[in-house]
Amino acid sequence: MNYLIGAFKPSCNISITFSDAKTRKQVPLKKESGQAVLVPLFQSQENISGKINIEPIQGKKVEHNGVKVELLGQIEMYFDRGNFYDFTSLVRELDVPGDIYERKTYPFEFSTVEMPYETYNGVNVRLRYVLKVTISRGYGSSIVEYQDFVVRNFSPPPSINNSIKMEVGIEDCLHIEFEYNKSKYHLKDVIIGKIYFLLVRIKIKNMDLEIRRRESTGSGPNTHVETETLAKFELMDGAPVRGESIPIRLFLSPYELTPTHRNINNKFSVKYYLNLVLVDEEDRRYFKQQEITIYRLEETS
Amino acid sequence: MRSDVIGDEEKWLAEGIAGIQHHAFYMHRALDANNLRDALKFSALMLSELRTSRLSPHKYYDLYMRAFDELRRLEMFFKDESRHGVSIIDLYELVQHAGNILPRLYLLCTVGSVYIKSKEAPAKDVLKDLVEMCRGVQHPIRGLFLRSYLSQVSRDKLPDIGSEYEGDADTVMDAVDFVLQNFTEMNKLWVRMQYQGPGHVREKREKERSELRDLVGKNLHVLSQIEGVELEMYKATVLPRVLEQVINCKDELAQYYLMDCIIQVFPDEYHLQTLETLLAAFPQLQPTVDIKTVLSQLMERLSNYAASSTDVLPEFLQVEAFAKLSSAIGWVIEAQTDMPIVGAISLYVSLLTFTLRVHPDRLDYVDQVLGACVKKLSGETKLEDRRATKQVVALLSAPLEKYDDIVTALTLSNYPRVMDYLDNGTNKVMAMVIIQSIMKNNSCISTADKVEVLFELIKGLIKDLDSTSADELDEEDFADEQNSVARLIHMLYNDDPEEMFKILCTVKKHIMNGGSKRLPFTVPPLILSALKLVRRLQGQDGEVVGEEMPATPKKIFQTLNQIIESLSSVPSPELALRLYLECAEAANDCDLEPVAYEFFTQAFILYEEEVADSKAQVTAIHLIIGTLQRMNVFHVENRDTLTHKATGYSAKLLKKPDQCRAVYACSHLFWVDDQDGVKDGERVLLCLKRALRIANAAQQMASATRGSSGPVTLFVEILNKSVVFDCKFEDSHSKLRVLYDLGLTCELCNRYLYYFEKGNPQITSAAIQGLVDLIKNEMQGDSANANPAPDAFFASTLRYIQFQKQKGGVMGEKYASIKV
Repeated sequence: MNYLIGAFKPSCNISITFSDAKTRKQVPLKKESGQAVLVPLFQSQENISGKINIEPIQGKKVEHNGVKVELLGQIEMYFDRGNFYDFTSLVRELDVPGDIYERKTYPFEFSTVEMPYETYNGVNVRLRYVLKVTISRGYGSSIVEYQDFVVRNFSPPPSINNSIKMEVGIEDCLHIEFEYNKSKYHLKDVIIGKIYFLLVRIKIKNMDLEIRRRESTGSGPNTHVETETLAKFELMDGAPVRGESIPIRLFLSPYELTPTHRNINNKFSVKYYLNLVLVDEEDRRYFKQQEITIYRLEETS
Repeated sequence: MRSDVIGDEEKWLAEGIAGIQHHAFYMHRALDANNLRDALKFSALMLSELRTSRLSPHKYYDLYMRAFDELRRLEMFFKDESRHGVSIIDLYELVQHAGNILPRLYLLCTVGSVYIKSKEAPAKDVLKDLVEMCRGVQHPIRGLFLRSYLSQVSRDKLPDIGSEYEGDADTVMDAVDFVLQNFTEMNKLWVRMQYQGPGHVREKREKERSELRDLVGKNLHVLSQIEGVELEMYKATVLPRVLEQVINCKDELAQYYLMDCIIQVFPDEYHLQTLETLLAAFPQLQPTVDIKTVLSQLMERLSNYAASSTDVLPEFLQVEAFAKLSSAIGWVIEAQTDMPIVGAISLYVSLLTFTLRVHPDRLDYVDQVLGACVKKLSGETKLEDRRATKQVVALLSAPLEKYDDIVTALTLSNYPRVMDYLDNGTNKVMAMVIIQSIMKNNSCISTADKVEVLFELIKGLIKDLDSTSADELDEEDFADEQNSVARLIHMLYNDDPEEMFKILCTVKKHIMNGGSKRLPFTVPPLILSALKLVRRLQGQDGEVVGEEMPATPKKIFQTLNQIIESLSSVPSPELALRLYLECAEAANDCDLEPVAYEFFTQAFILYEEEVADSKAQVTAIHLIIGTLQRMNVFHVENRDTLTHKATGYSAKLLKKPDQCRAVYACSHLFWVDDQDGVKDGERVLLCLKRALRIANAAQQMASATRGSSGPVTLFVEILNKSVVFDCKFEDSHSKLRVLYDLGLTCELCNRYLYYFEKGNPQITSAAIQGLVDLIKNEMQGDSANANPAPDAFFASTLRYIQFQKQKGGVMGEKYASIKV
């Protein structure tokens, strides 16, 4: 947005500060330019309050048709870049039309804001929250200033969290039984499990556990699915024999995961899968994919 | 092709080493900078070099050792929290983020060892976690080395009794569990190696596996080093679990090696107390496992243990070690039907060795072992297998060595039965061993029963066991063998004549079956032994030599007669003749005239009928004469008959010189130096004259046929004799000239001297003097025809006279008047 300032020589500086900026946790957010900036972190139902300073450039006055601040929750599809779909939009009028001659501060507050979705930066879709300050002007374009912030919502530990247990195989070739201790993992969780070999007639070279993210955007025929492998974790080296049981212990913390998102505003979904891959000596891959749910657990520390 | 493979391997190893060095360099830099992140990163990269599948175990070991050294440095870094600032618990998690399993687990083990050392978690939990996580590496070689690393780093951190890691939660049981589990997994990997890769490199793989076996065996060693593994725990946990793994792996190589390992690493005392469990495992092993070697090792160890201290012997009895081992061997032999006979026998050898060491007093055990061996062998006819034969020999030799006394072995009823299974050659060798043992220990076999058994044992030497063609035998060996038997016969002795007689009868019974080739060897010692008995009886003569006693000299002589008769079948007339004469002499000493006469008769008959060779005749007749001369039991009539016969035979010898010698020898028959011996000078002279005649004839014959002088010495000999006996002194003198012409006077002189010394009244110093002078004259005159032999002979005679003169005394006086 700097270019706007540069290009149009805006006649004023707008800054947005949050009331608890000093204590609020900040997290990195990747901007479009690729660089990460630290932005404040909120969760749903929080009060978002602060001050907006408007400071005209020395010796200039700002005529306006009104000043407002909006809290926007937007979903942006990359195939439709620039087009934001606002799923949340809250407005606070800050000033009636008039002129601003000197620095002016407007407090604002959005209390207990419902922000059901988390900030998400995906391959084809982005979900962002932003505060937008608009100084409307009659004769020219409005002066607009944005302040991003991140929303993360914590979930309580699920009351039902069954293990995933399954027996799969290729007839007369390979039979395995695998077990993951849970079906729902939080972001810093550890996947514990084991693979039990019931029948091995192929020469296995190694076995990996992959964490895959499946991002689907759009709906109906326009659905677009993008799958990324976020983790490739070697579980086993060499060929096991029948009766062998291989332990799984995969720490999720080193990986950049997000919670599972299901059908966010009918726009997109993000799902996670554990993919167990066995590779034989001819580099043939045998795999079984199981969906897991990832949630954000409130950090106690 | 193959050299390519080797060359490639070298290359790969070099690449691997270079990789390790490269990453280690950056790891060191990170360590120096206390940069944990980089340290982990580069150590993981370094360890990734161990992921190679291209190296043989040997080369892989090389690579592993380099990584191992680097990991030590890393471990030092991990230990020092101040350097990396991360708690050990977090570090334990952190290293598990590595994506590749092999580096991850190496790092985990490294951190795990630090974790235990930090005591922030119970050792057992960490150990359990590590050993579980290592399951992820299923590749045999990589897995073995990884687990070996785990074993290495955890060795000094086991919660052993007395170790600093022992605590409420950590008991020695946890240490044992850990090691056992690691052992089990390692063994599985090791066994699996065999079944991976293409089938045609089987041999190569077996070699590779052998190279790795110590990695597996090391675990057992670690177990044995754990202080807390006491007998009870060993019995209840360690051994059953190790054996379970050994049995279940169903792998020949592993089973053999591990059983051996168990036996070698754990104390003997444990083996003894768990013998049953241990032995019960053997029948469950693969049929191809070389159980006998392992079992032999076990028995050897136990034997040594028993030998180490007498205190432990009661333990052996308590656990019935023998019975258990014995039945275990039974099972094994039964179960392993494919086991070659040599295997079975070597097992028995070991058992026997064990028995001899542990239960030297239990001959029944020894016999039992031999009995079992007989049973095993019973299916066979004769042993063909050379190695098996060797083992049987060892089996049979063991008791001999142990007891230093064949007598003990003779009480073993199964001993001869085992021997029956040896082939003839070996049977003989064994028999020789037995005999040598007897000789060495100088042991006396003193009862007929034992003799019976003994001869049963050595029957290979006593008789032909089958139709082995005689020409196969090496004459020299045969003679050796038979000489040994002969020596053996002398070892059979009992002070009681009656028993001794029985022994002799037993021996006789056996050797009579020996066949014509053996009799010449075996009969003489028997006869001589019998004669010894006779003389012994004679010694205690006059005491209780009742008629009813079986062992009278008479009886013995009867037996001897039979024995000697058997020699006629050989035939060996010369030997028989000698023996008859020996017997005759013995009979003479016993005052048994008829018996002696009978023997002489037999000797003469033999001479007449069997002794055909002229040389043999000469020897024989001289023997007869010699013996007859010593006989004093005969009355005149019998004596006359015999002497007459002897003289007659003497004169009938083929060659004149022989005749001559025999005849003058006969002269002695009429002149016995004993107090009341015959002194018939006339007959002596007769003999001498006759000898002279024959000598003359011989001389003439020689001149006629060859134109040279004949057997000069012959005359000298005769003259020696004639001088001895000549009572008509003048008459002799007249003959002297004739005789001297023949150059024989010196001999004569000697003979004169003989009788002179003997005090024959007819021979005076004057006569000798005359004779000497005469010889001197004649010798000078006849110098042209000088023959060195008479000269020398005469010279020495003169020297003798000179010597006697100088010596003084009675003899000196006698000789004093003789001038030389």
